[in-house]
Amino acid sequence: TACTTQTQTQIDRDPKQPGAMAGEKGLVLLDFWVSPFGQRVRIALAEKGLPYEYAEEDLMAGKSDRLLRANPVHKKIPVLLHDGRPVNESLIILQYLEDAFPDAPALLPSDPYARAQARFWADYVDKKVYDCGSRLWKLKGEPQAQARAEMLDILKTLDGALGDKPFFGGDKFGFVDAAFAPFTAWFHSYERYGEFSLPEVAPKIAAWAKRCGERESVAKSLYSPDKVYDFIGLLKKKYGIE
Amino acid sequence: MAGEDELKLLGTWASPWVSRVKLALHLKGLSYEYVEQDLDNKSDLLLTSNPVHKKVPVLIHNGKPICESVVILEYIDEAYGTTGPSLLPTDPYERAIARFWVDYIDQKLVIPWKVAFTADGEEEKTEGIKQMLAVVQTLEGALKECSKGKPFFGGDSVGYVDIALGGLLAFLQGTEELCGTKPFDIANTPLLLAWVERFTALDAAKVALPDVTKLVEFAKTKRLRI
Repeated sequence: TACTTQTQTQIDRDPKQPGAMAGEKGLVLLDFWVSPFGQRVRIALAEKGLPYEYAEEDLMAGKSDRLLRANPVHKKIPVLLHDGRPVNESLIILQYLEDAFPDAPALLPSDPYARAQARFWADYVDKKVYDCGSRLWKLKGEPQAQARAEMLDILKTLDGALGDKPFFGGDKFGFVDAAFAPFTAWFHSYERYGEFSLPEVAPKIAAWAKRCGERESVAKSLYSPDKVYDFIGLLKKKYGIE
Repeated sequence: MAGEDELKLLGTWASPWVSRVKLALHLKGLSYEYVEQDLDNKSDLLLTSNPVHKKVPVLIHNGKPICESVVILEYIDEAYGTTGPSLLPTDPYERAIARFWVDYIDQKLVIPWKVAFTADGEEEKTEGIKQMLAVVQTLEGALKECSKGKPFFGGDSVGYVDIALGGLLAFLQGTEELCGTKPFDIANTPLLLAWVERFTALDAAKVALPDVTKLVEFAKTKRLRI
């Protein structure tokens, strides 16, 4: 299969990586190439123009000492190290970047109510999309049909939340957009496993996905839908699913 | 700027998520109208205010609804930034740590607790208890790290993590009777035990938390789904 994890040499040569040199502000991101949670952080860092060192964790091979030291509680990526201190959980990392770099472009609006709305929808994406999507490709029969129905409901709800705005953030790409954009690379897989068409189910989300893909921060952080689909195939093999 | 500032809280008396919001409002010295909800017969106000999740708590501020306890807590801290004490720390890294522990509590504590409470099989129940106690042990470490010898997760004063865990206190105090095990003990979690004493003595806790006996009775009769 074409889709294996990348070696460090591949990453160094990969135009998607900002380069192995550490950022002047001492930011290091422990990540896994296809992780939508890690991609949120890559997108946010790019939107904010913050340089950082990308450090790939080969999760298919197990968890490194470095990762276990940085995130002993959850043992997961992404982890953002700032001058050596770890920040864990992707949405917490995004909020940390807002707080720690107040002069960089903000993803959250300034109005408290608008911020609450943004946090609500980012939380919704977090609670719903990945888990439901995983059930779509992991399960068969009735449980899969249930996952499919849930996925359609989730996408329709998000479609309604987006409405006629260009981004969830309004005119500007914002917090919810950064939180959800990585999943645009997974839509193709959800469509195939769920047997539905996104433009039919959630046309505004489909248009939004295209718009996101045109942004450099998103384009440089995401892998193609085909690569994601192949990766899922790999995961299924690993878990002995078929 | 003239005009009233209207806060309305939709909740249920037993809900720990609602208790969190009550705690925050009390700590900030904010007055609000509390409206008890019947979740078996959901009100129009609840359904229009929280169409996505249809759950409590919902805080309605001058007619605008905010949902999800953690989102509400951050909103209260930001909308009332100059009123009363700050709930979150000011330092960015400390804020990230506080958010991490609140997220940890929500991700890891509730599920095994529920298993310990509702499991029919002995093996499943034992596993739930084991996982819950492991989480509590981690929180003991978190308290040590965050408090740095001071009374609360927030330091000298009650903060975000205190409120998030504090909201669950009545359930935690009822755990021995409901789940068959004490969550805290002097040997393993001395800091948390002391924290519980301190927290329950707060005026805010007395107002915001339900009576433990009443809660235990209610949970037993309803095999509570929180």
